[in-house]
Amino acid sequence: MKNRVLMQGNEAVVEGAIKAGMRFFAGYPITPSTEIAEQSAVRLPQVGGHFIQMEDEIGSMAAVIGASAVGTKSMTATSGPGFSLKQENIGYACMTEIPCVIVDVQRSGPSTGLPTSPSQGDVMQARWGTHGDHSIIAISPSSVEECYHLAIRCFNLAEKYRTPVIFLMDEIVGHLREGIEIDDDENIEIVERKLKQRPDTLHLPYHVCEGDDVPRFHLTGYDIRYNITGLSHGPDGFPTNNNEVAGKLVTRLMQKIEHNVDDIVQVEEKYCDDADTIIVCYGGTTRCVMSAVEQLRAKGRKVGYFRPITVWPFPEKQLAALSKKVKNIIVAEHNYGQILLEVQRIVKNCKIGFVGKVDGTVIMPDEIIKAVEEVK
Amino acid sequence: MSKMEIRLAGSGGQGVILATIILAEAAIIAGKNTAQSQSYGPEARGGMCKAEVIVSDEKIGFTKVTNPTFLLALTQVSLDKYAATIDENCILMADSSLEIPRGVKAKKIYSLPILATAKNEVGKAFTANIVAVAAINEALKLVNTHDLEEAVFRHIPKGTEEINRKALYAGEKLAKSI
Repeated sequence: MKNRVLMQGNEAVVEGAIKAGMRFFAGYPITPSTEIAEQSAVRLPQVGGHFIQMEDEIGSMAAVIGASAVGTKSMTATSGPGFSLKQENIGYACMTEIPCVIVDVQRSGPSTGLPTSPSQGDVMQARWGTHGDHSIIAISPSSVEECYHLAIRCFNLAEKYRTPVIFLMDEIVGHLREGIEIDDDENIEIVERKLKQRPDTLHLPYHVCEGDDVPRFHLTGYDIRYNITGLSHGPDGFPTNNNEVAGKLVTRLMQKIEHNVDDIVQVEEKYCDDADTIIVCYGGTTRCVMSAVEQLRAKGRKVGYFRPITVWPFPEKQLAALSKKVKNIIVAEHNYGQILLEVQRIVKNCKIGFVGKVDGTVIMPDEIIKAVEEVK
Repeated sequence: MSKMEIRLAGSGGQGVILATIILAEAAIIAGKNTAQSQSYGPEARGGMCKAEVIVSDEKIGFTKVTNPTFLLALTQVSLDKYAATIDENCILMADSSLEIPRGVKAKKIYSLPILATAKNEVGKAFTANIVAVAAINEALKLVNTHDLEEAVFRHIPKGTEEINRKALYAGEKLAKSI
């Protein structure tokens, strides 16, 4: 049954997360993500879960990893300054392959910047914020409805690939209220992490079965004692300086995501079939672009938009294919040009334009329209 | 009604954000599409605060107001700032304690004692936003009175139904007088 209600993006994330099976949230409130912590504090006890406000963002990221290690689907939420603090432990979750979801409701930075103003300045931080070679998944919603459904997807991907997943929101969507049909449909896919079946592998936490991309999980803290470490480790989980083992591990951490881009990557394309100009946008910026594109279409301009729903890994194949059919590509984002770098890397034969904003205000449809008219 | 773009401006603490949430809730109850958002500074109270709600029969793309069809201002600074952004397509409603800037272009200008009505007639100054909600709804004929009351009741603390009902009635009466 579907029930249409008014909901804020931040609240919808919590509902989606609970639907996905989240039963633990640890966080440290920060604008514009605070409602996610507030709503988790209200909702988790109602479903038998736990909420904890930790001493800071570092502690909350650590708590999330611990809770997930014992088998509880876990999430934290923050904004730019807190996202920076979480990075060390996000790297630990990458290396130890502990599934978790980190929501970053982006605000204007750097540093504490403009706490209540929108931005998309953390796109590269989501990709490379933690040190060392690693791959990551980041997903960016553009409506309240998507905050719900894509939060579920974040958990599913985290469990499936045993990786931290970044839910890369922005103030525009986080603080937006819209009507949303909450689906209590049993058919919504919920993924659970694969558990170890073979008794001979239970003491080998990082043993990968043939045909699998990731090690199956054996819940920490129950029957068998095993080691979890951020140091390079082999199948037994203990630290090693063996270069071959280290190389294999990092390669597998990269490939488990890069080899599955077709499963992970989602894009939205609109009016792209006959377009000569494409606007690349994501997250809250999409709403402005949608409106601009409708207005331009009404004037007869052949304009469409391409939206990575999965921002990382970037939908390289899809954009490359599209770029062969169009003349101009304009990137619109609330930063100084971060996804622009990806577009410049991938697109070889189009004129590339850019509409960016870093003053804490929202890009207006007129600014997109002007940019499209200028590239003509 | 095709698309209403409503902007409320005032000072942090006056409840203008909640007022737009209630209007958005009412729109949902009435089966319309809506998008509600706000812009404010880090202060809890006293800073300038703008809140917006779009109500439409169509799907809503851009979620912010670009061509306001209605503006309510509850402080002089916010009136001065946002009156400059409206044109002949916009209805302006301002508290009667405020001075309407010279040369402002609007479809209609309503100067209503919203703050005084809340304080004196309803008896609680903090109900000004509910008085405003009812006045806006009456001026724009957004939803029926029952849906509006339901929307208000979903967003107020339990036990305050009576005073809020009184505020709704007072606001409706204010707008009917124009």
